[in-house]
Amino acid sequence: MRVHEHPILGQSEPESISIYFDGKPIPAVEGEPIAAALIAAGVRVLRHTEKSGRGRGIFCGIGRCNDCKMIVDGVPNTRTCVTPAHDGMRVETQYGLGRGSCHE
Amino acid sequence: MNKAQIAVIGAGPAGLSAALEAARAGAQVTVIDENRKPGGQLFKQIHKFFGSRQHQAGTRGFAIGQGLLRDCEELGVSVQLGYPALGIFPDGRVVFNTAQGVRSLFAQRIILATGANENNLYFEGSDLPGVMTAGAAQTMINEHRVLPGQRVLMVGTGNVGLIISYQLLQAGAEVVALVEAAPQIGGYAVHASKLRRAGVPIYTSRTIHRAIGEKTVEGVELVALNEHFQPVPGTGEILCADTVCMAVGLSPMVELAALAGCQMTHIPALGGTIPLHDKNLCTTNPMVYVAGDIAGVEEASTAIEEGRLAGIAAARSLGLGDDGRQQAVQERLLALRSGEFGAKRQQAKEDILRTFKEAMA
Amino acid sequence: MTYVRKTGYLCSEELANLPGVPSEERLSRGPVAVVECAQNIPCNPCEDACPRGAITVGEEITSLPSLAGDRCNGCGLCVARCPGLAIFTVHRDYTETTALVSFPWEYLPLPQQGERVPCVGRDGAYRCDGIVQRVMTGKALDATAVVSVEVPKEYCMEVRAIDRGRGIHGAR
Repeated sequence: MRVHEHPILGQSEPESISIYFDGKPIPAVEGEPIAAALIAAGVRVLRHTEKSGRGRGIFCGIGRCNDCKMIVDGVPNTRTCVTPAHDGMRVETQYGLGRGSCHE
Repeated sequence: MNKAQIAVIGAGPAGLSAALEAARAGAQVTVIDENRKPGGQLFKQIHKFFGSRQHQAGTRGFAIGQGLLRDCEELGVSVQLGYPALGIFPDGRVVFNTAQGVRSLFAQRIILATGANENNLYFEGSDLPGVMTAGAAQTMINEHRVLPGQRVLMVGTGNVGLIISYQLLQAGAEVVALVEAAPQIGGYAVHASKLRRAGVPIYTSRTIHRAIGEKTVEGVELVALNEHFQPVPGTGEILCADTVCMAVGLSPMVELAALAGCQMTHIPALGGTIPLHDKNLCTTNPMVYVAGDIAGVEEASTAIEEGRLAGIAAARSLGLGDDGRQQAVQERLLALRSGEFGAKRQQAKEDILRTFKEAMA
Repeated sequence: MTYVRKTGYLCSEELANLPGVPSEERLSRGPVAVVECAQNIPCNPCEDACPRGAITVGEEITSLPSLAGDRCNGCGLCVARCPGLAIFTVHRDYTETTALVSFPWEYLPLPQQGERVPCVGRDGAYRCDGIVQRVMTGKALDATAVVSVEVPKEYCMEVRAIDRGRGIHGAR
């Protein structure tokens, strides 16, 4: 959900691009973190852990904790809370350490 | 090889303030920060700040941030973004990562303004999507303008928990409750009062027992705590919530100071392990200064004043600027560290000073 | 331990002892500010906000603001300036039966002049209905609106906000 109107900050920037989450297009604001676009679209589970397979969502939101890692344009372990969204970007839910990792 | 008289690591309120004071004294200053945008957490602070006119009280945090950036630009401070610092060598070399690979910067003085990390709690379900730090929620609502959830439980009632709860309401979320393990609210009453008159309950001597949900948070179970902070059996209460935010303190980010060989001390009242420093924020390594949360977790207004002080002092140690400028800043810091909330921090700062003198004797 | 640190809002005994809260006698002499600031926090913009010098914090910026009732004319310039949103104005004898209470407001939507609104106390609980008489906004207030509601006189030291629960706004 987006906060379009805000009593202090006024209106937010409109969505002008699309990114693909597990193949489905979702609207995004150019340059916002990928995780923000996913949250706006109601996506909360971003990856599943290597050992237990339990889901993870954003946790610190500023690039420290690594809980928001996903596969972005084929690159696993991309921190989506600090990686800007660009039109046409392909974002995939990451399982374990992600495809292409040394564990594959 | 890049060179700077003074390198500042961290472009938050402390780092920018340090940079602009050092530049004002005539130093050639470079600031590096790992983030893509400067300002640290300052641009997420949408409330009006406390303090006096000298602290820009009554101005919203982001507006103070815009002013700092403007001043840095006018003074010719170079702010390099997207560069995470990796280490500091004894010769004053700061090593950082860039898109083009690892680079270095040689500096005569280094001011560390790296800030702090948010603490977290472990409980059943604390790994569920929907459990996050309060800062993450604040970043999402105020910077990226998205709501991380609709019904939020806030854990912790320090000023961070109180302020971010209010900001969640402003962004259109519902805050189902705040819980506080201690028998009383930690932060300012004026912040708590805003929430209470908005209909938000604040429960003291209570905490989260578990987060409930299959794939994401769907509810929370609270539990009452006795005077020894132990759960009271039979007091469990389940609330419907989709988000749990944790505002349970911050810990200074001291890694670079440790690499630079700065001696540490442990001060729980200021967030834990902190580099020892003198009254001008100089550490036990005379090339290295600290300012802001790395020098003890306080508030943004204090971080700004500490940054100013470190910037003036670091420049002064290179023979730049005038004597006597520190005094006014120290007085403003003292004003921020007075009263029923500030006095404890002032005491802790005095303890650091004493330990510093012992270490250097 | 104080009541406010336990509950988050001031009880009547705490309010009665505050130097920023006007006396009954002052309330009877026209509109006046009510400064509900009860802790020694480092803050003093209220002092600068008043063009009549009616609010004093003093040299120590952690001192509680005190109100000089005979200097204050209840203009409300201090209301939006308090970073803690802890200043209100009360015109107890607005009409024979009603009072006018003004408070800071930083939520959407803004109430509209003439709107009938549920009014709440410091604890967020419903007290009475009120009629919005004025909504002040503008650059000088820096996004803190000042809302004035007309309420039955007996609620003038009780009502401190309106109910936010008129739906969640601003978000899609």
